[in-house]
Amino acid sequence: MDLELSEDQALLAATTRRFLDAESPTTAVRALEHDPRGFDPTVWRKGAELGWTSLLVAEADGGGSVSGRGVCDLALVAEEFGRSVAPGPLLPVNVVAEAISRSAGERLRAEVLPGLLDGTAIAAWAGPMPVTADVDGDRTVLTGRIPIVEAAAQADHVLVTFVDRDGTTGQALLPTTTDGMTITPLGGLDLVRRFASIDLDGVAVAPDQRVGDDASADDAIERQVQVAAVLQCAEVAGAIDQVFTMTVEYLGDRYSMGRPLASYQALKHRLAEHKLTVETCHAITTAAARAVADRTDEAADLASVAQTWLGTHATELVQDCIQLHGGIGVTWEHDLHLYLRRVTVDRATHGTPEDHADRIADLLLGAAS
Amino acid sequence: MSTDDLEPVEDFRERARVWLAANMPPNIDAYFDRTDERRTVEDQLQRRLWDGGFAGICFPADYGGLGLTPAHQVAFNGEVVPYDMPYSLNVPTLGILAATLVDFGSHEQKARHLPAILRGEERWVQFLSEPSGGSDLAGVRTRADRDGDVFILNGSKIWSSGAYAAQFSMCLARTNWDVPKHRGLTMFLLPIHHPGVTVEQIRQVDGSMEFCQEFFDDVEIPVENVIGEVDDGWTVATRLLVHERMAVGGGSQYTSGRSVGHGGGGGDDNDLIDLLRARGLAGDTDARRLLAESHARRLVARHLVERVTGGLRSGALPAPAGSLMKLFTATNQARRVEIALTLAGPEAVVWPADAEGATEIAAGIGRATLGRQGIALGGGSNEIQRNIISERVLGLPREAAADRDVPYKDVRHGSR
Repeated sequence: MDLELSEDQALLAATTRRFLDAESPTTAVRALEHDPRGFDPTVWRKGAELGWTSLLVAEADGGGSVSGRGVCDLALVAEEFGRSVAPGPLLPVNVVAEAISRSAGERLRAEVLPGLLDGTAIAAWAGPMPVTADVDGDRTVLTGRIPIVEAAAQADHVLVTFVDRDGTTGQALLPTTTDGMTITPLGGLDLVRRFASIDLDGVAVAPDQRVGDDASADDAIERQVQVAAVLQCAEVAGAIDQVFTMTVEYLGDRYSMGRPLASYQALKHRLAEHKLTVETCHAITTAAARAVADRTDEAADLASVAQTWLGTHATELVQDCIQLHGGIGVTWEHDLHLYLRRVTVDRATHGTPEDHADRIADLLLGAAS
Repeated sequence: MSTDDLEPVEDFRERARVWLAANMPPNIDAYFDRTDERRTVEDQLQRRLWDGGFAGICFPADYGGLGLTPAHQVAFNGEVVPYDMPYSLNVPTLGILAATLVDFGSHEQKARHLPAILRGEERWVQFLSEPSGGSDLAGVRTRADRDGDVFILNGSKIWSSGAYAAQFSMCLARTNWDVPKHRGLTMFLLPIHHPGVTVEQIRQVDGSMEFCQEFFDDVEIPVENVIGEVDDGWTVATRLLVHERMAVGGGSQYTSGRSVGHGGGGGDDNDLIDLLRARGLAGDTDARRLLAESHARRLVARHLVERVTGGLRSGALPAPAGSLMKLFTATNQARRVEIALTLAGPEAVVWPADAEGATEIAAGIGRATLGRQGIALGGGSNEIQRNIISERVLGLPREAAADRDVPYKDVRHGSR
């Protein structure tokens, strides 16, 4: 967690933590394993009342941050999600809500935003990879496949990126019931985070379904990538912080050969290194959140640096904490696997560490020819 | 004076910006220049800061400082980047020894030395480690025996950087052998060019001669040169080490501009980028990802320092958390040197006699590998930092120690 929180931010984090502890303990997470939705809509609506869906939305649209830096505020919520491996479409709903608030027309703002804000509607974000658009006058028709989209099968709307034959990119918010759109639920490692593929076969886009215009699309998509990176990293930072805390406690309580495991120097030194990893993960995530919130020149760089850093180190940390727990660590009964599932899924979605390393290299060297 | 009466930070920043532009020469990247000529230039730069009223921003006003806040120092640091600065005075003189003197010096010690330090007239070093072992710092065997108004110092210290070019030191010596090791130490203010003190330079693997060993033969130290209390030197040494971790991490409120040994991810990636291009690897996926990792590590280091120094200042983190910066600086730097070595290829180990440009960069990387472990040893080894983090940040059980609660005269030492 950011060590320099305002009182309001500290309150938001504490309130979210108390709420998740009460409403979404890991027993509740486990109980949702076979639930097709993967989250409890009642809990999600109550969370929306706490601000989970409104922090990136303009006040004029019914949203508002607590600190003036909505991305930093929302990162605190995401961190609490990681700490309790909470279910719920936090990342896609917020990325899409911000995009609508920032650049959609009146109709979408009036018809879609209120539902996202009060938690009664869900939006999915199809990400930066475009499907193909055929443009004929006012008529835009989309064709293509988006292989992995979080919460697509649970969503009412999906924000899709497309590129036309001239290379012009754009985005549209489509109902998930649109003719020609097929959503196929997928299996996956996380017990409650649901993904689906989306196939578009001649899906017509009306002008008032467009979000933003041709000129601003690339910047808007880059912004979405950065916000997604911050939220994902914050979730991972919260998850590994919790795993590390559990491990320190366990090694202090557990005796072997007459002394606590935590008294063996070989294990103490590993915990020291893991503490350092937890702190570096918090540090770079906080830096990325601030840069993305303030839209500084370093935002793209720091967002991808955070993704490479957490993606590379978080899974290793959790795996070694499992090792430090011994046999109990690889049982279904222990909660460690819930965290391992979450950080492993996060590592491979919204860009792998390698994808983000390539983005960094592009910034430093220009695109590879 | 309450904080409300101080010059507002933004006013100070503006005033500093104007003054720096008019008075300080441009930055010439002389961070690692250790020649006598450079030292003289830096002493003069420090004098210029003093004359301009910008020396010792957070030092007490009663002792020549400006008595301002860390926020003023941070603002100043933001403005000095384009200018040449007395970098080598930051560590150890200002950030470690002068800072410790502020905390523990007597009025007379502070009045005599702090203004002189801020004028660029005194360089200081710490005499802590000894030839018999560096990690067991409290196990020092250099002895100081009371004889009336003086202590008589005998023994030897080692690994003191730049002692041959400094005038004063803080020297940790044992004054009481009948109590356990931490309780019989005293910190002394010791002039280096003083009868009975011999300084020898040690040649390092990279050819540099910065490290020194000192020998003390019946050196007389007046009682008024005790820093803090007699037999309470461990308290002073512990604080000195806290200042060291802050200063080396780049988070000291007592230093202006970049510090040598700075772990804060300063500099840029330009050398590696030039190297990649020169070797035709700018389009190579593996090479690009290694460059990205090196860059990422630089930024992570910078933001870890920011987080930890902020947390230490606000009290969100305990003082031993400074070891997080020290350990990361060392392990991160090791990995970055390895990345550079990979990217440099054979020219890192064999180079043209007239190496320049990319071949000189590659040769520099090769030479840097030789001293790579230096930063993992100096100022407390990685292993000691891991002990500190696990025991004093995480609160795990202490290591068993055969010398705990035993009079130090009865403790076995050295090699069998």
